[in-house]
Amino acid sequence: MPGRDCKAAGAGIEPVIWDNEGQVAFGEPWQAQIFSMTVALHEAGLFGWSTWAEVFSGRRRASSVEGKPDTSQTYYEDWLDALETLTASLDLAPQAEQARYRKAWRDAAERTKHGHPIELQPADFHGRLHP
Amino acid sequence: MSEHDHHHHDHDHDDDHSHLSETELRVRALESILVGKGYVDPEALEAILQTYEEKVGPRNGARVVARAWSDPQFMEWLQRDSTAAIASMDYTGRQGEHIVALFNTPEVHNVVVCTLCSCYPWPVLGLPPAWYKSAAYRSRIVIEPRKVLAEFGLTLPDETKVRVWDSTSEMRYIVIPMRPAGTERWSVEQLEELVIRDSMIGVRLANSPEATESTITNWSTSNAR
Repeated sequence: MPGRDCKAAGAGIEPVIWDNEGQVAFGEPWQAQIFSMTVALHEAGLFGWSTWAEVFSGRRRASSVEGKPDTSQTYYEDWLDALETLTASLDLAPQAEQARYRKAWRDAAERTKHGHPIELQPADFHGRLHP
Repeated sequence: MSEHDHHHHDHDHDDDHSHLSETELRVRALESILVGKGYVDPEALEAILQTYEEKVGPRNGARVVARAWSDPQFMEWLQRDSTAAIASMDYTGRQGEHIVALFNTPEVHNVVVCTLCSCYPWPVLGLPPAWYKSAAYRSRIVIEPRKVLAEFGLTLPDETKVRVWDSTSEMRYIVIPMRPAGTERWSVEQLEELVIRDSMIGVRLANSPEATESTITNWSTSNAR
């Protein structure tokens, strides 16, 4: 949409209650996980922080243009998208591998009884074929 | 890989197997690949979280500000070379970024934003609040800073200039708010209590001694309910 950049998209939003959301840094455990993975990869020298900021801010911009809700949830979803993209492009976690592991985790969850820890087993990689 | 066994849902299912949301699947997949290949160490992940959830937070910044208010030599150093002065207190950027201190005066009021994403001075302020990451704040503080500040409850005199600083991955900012009146005899520790996080982003002032007292009163009132 012409002229609908980040600024325009933000300007149309209802006035925000600029409140303190308390001292909780992360709404859900997965948000903390992707945060620490990103910092750890950076500290291991696998990418520069400006590279990360570039990929992440690109994702943030896109999500604003797409009109996604302006929430912490969207923020961390963007973070996850960016981390998947960056680790795939650097060949740290290639896309096909990400898909294979997602499927394996799904299978692991399906064979794990409620309330038990979900663990990945070699068999999870040999389940159903890809659709 | 099984330490987070709280991912299953608590509500009733027709079947009794575990369930992971699409997001959880993606996060677990990434983590198991990266750990499996040795790019990240699970213990390092825990250590990073512990640092940011427990050790690093706006108290660090409050110490910097209170020291600057109390120690003219430190104030001078902070003005000359913020990154080094702040590093001397052991607050250094994990991303190797510079931290620049911005000094509020009756003439100029500084406010910090990251219009691109959420660059923030982690070593002194910890992780950013949700509103700092919102598209609304990131765009509006640039377009209509006075209006946004008013929404935070901060109305500045017309003669005060508002300067908005856009952070980058290399350059982060901390605002040094003005020292509140009536605190001349206060110790550094007492002063620290006045330095709220939002005053170091520039969207609020440091608490006044009276405000601190009324906060305490409010707390005891709400506790009494």
